[in-house]
Amino acid sequence: MIAERGYSPSEMMTVAAARMLKDGLVCFVGIGLPSKAANLARLTHAPEVVLIYESGPIGAKPSVLPLSIGDGDLSSTADTVVSTPEIFQYWLQGGRIDVGFLGAAQIDRFANINTTVIGPYEEPKVRLPGAGGAPEIACLAGEVLVILEHDRRAFVDKLEFITSAGFLDGGDTRRRAGMPGRGPTAVITDLGILTPAPATKELTLTSIHPGVAVDQVKEKTGWDLKVAEKLETTRAPEVHELAALRDLERRTAEKHSSRSTQGYKP
Amino acid sequence: MARIALLRDAVRDLVRDGDVVALEGFTHLIPHAAGHELIRQGKKDLTLVRMTPDLVYDQLIGMGCARRLVFSWAGNPGVGSLHRFRDAAQNGWPRPLEIEEHSHGDMANAYVAGASNLPFAITRGYVGSDLPKHNERIRSIRCPFTGEELAVVPSIRLDVAMIHAQKADRKGNVLLWGILGVQKEAVLAARRAIVTVEEIVDELRAWPNACVLPHWVVSAVCHVPGGAHPSYAQGYSERDNRFYRAWDTISRSRETFAAWMKRHVLDTEDFEQFRRVLVKTSGQEAA
Repeated sequence: MIAERGYSPSEMMTVAAARMLKDGLVCFVGIGLPSKAANLARLTHAPEVVLIYESGPIGAKPSVLPLSIGDGDLSSTADTVVSTPEIFQYWLQGGRIDVGFLGAAQIDRFANINTTVIGPYEEPKVRLPGAGGAPEIACLAGEVLVILEHDRRAFVDKLEFITSAGFLDGGDTRRRAGMPGRGPTAVITDLGILTPAPATKELTLTSIHPGVAVDQVKEKTGWDLKVAEKLETTRAPEVHELAALRDLERRTAEKHSSRSTQGYKP
Repeated sequence: MARIALLRDAVRDLVRDGDVVALEGFTHLIPHAAGHELIRQGKKDLTLVRMTPDLVYDQLIGMGCARRLVFSWAGNPGVGSLHRFRDAAQNGWPRPLEIEEHSHGDMANAYVAGASNLPFAITRGYVGSDLPKHNERIRSIRCPFTGEELAVVPSIRLDVAMIHAQKADRKGNVLLWGILGVQKEAVLAARRAIVTVEEIVDELRAWPNACVLPHWVVSAVCHVPGGAHPSYAQGYSERDNRFYRAWDTISRSRETFAAWMKRHVLDTEDFEQFRRVLVKTSGQEAA
């Protein structure tokens, strides 16, 4: 939905997330929204960002957004492609990753993430795909960015299942648990940007997207969301950012709707 | 030396009911043809291992071939859930499915440990995660040098590894490239290995550092062009993203799933015939 502002909340979210990724950083990218934002960053202000996907491509420069974590475009445009054990051992655990960029099914007050089950683990209400590489990315990357749509079912006070650690119970519990990475530094949604408060590590609304009311954000958050004293308004998407994003999405839709015929002949 | 065999014969001779089997592939080179042959031959009580179970595991689970699933991410990449996996996990249909759940880093390491003939693998990646609370095979150990507490998981040992690759030569040496996943580790962690390939050539002409599996670690090589479909083989085919989307509809109900499996897998002789049927039906189903 494109509002009268000329861009959709989802576009605002992707642009705001892309801006968080500084040029030249090494980023371990999750598929879906993180991959969209990271590639938008690469195509706008961060041409030297190094994108690493858990399937093995290092320095991937896909021409369209990958549908899967292992699309051929990722490996054929990469600087190198390494095996899966190598990507996790040498590159992630080896401490080579500046930023881990993750999505989430659910997130809590202290930015812990659930992608495993809704309901009790033994008898789940909804069985989600599971961890993938997120637990180690959340633990080991220098810092973590999280992108997801703002919704009361997603933003819950306390998770029943922590797949990937944020700040655990807040305060210094993450640091004391012995995780090498600093943890989540921002959660970017279609309504605003939440960042952990310096001492308590509780996610706090620090920037709100243009046209969004604070009450609206609070209503869609499953805990009593704190709002920064100096609440900023997110800069609306620039013309060139929107153009790059829409061009990328158009090319992606064209590519993924075309039928492959190679290797498919009777 | 690997024997060059028909996939039907290799599966009949090398896979037994109750085996621990991995059909590996990280989106790329997924051995779909091998999975279909397991289904055709009605293999059962399998422990299926794979980091990223997707469509072919959904099919194996929905057809009742699996007793247990060891995995780290189960989904239809870029599309959503695996409906047959969910039905088995949540409702026990068509039979209860035991689940052993890990993370990617853990499983990749566990394959390396299996290939290395070590008892367990070490990882630092589980700090703060609840997964170890629900999987008693994820435990911890204290480093004898630094005192740091680290997570450990038992190594993965397979009865059979099944993979798809681009090329083999006539002796059965196998060459693969592109996204490699854990296929080499899976083969080296297995007692027996079946490899389907796009083509069999006189000479591999591989670079010295290329990923080559020597013929003497492979039990059987089977010539199955397109055998990864709807996954792909870099240099030979592209991922059939439309089929991944179509699967969401096909697999959503038990009835449409069963009808699709009957027509495309149970009622076909082999993967070549499967592909011929799919071309006919995909106009309506993969549209």
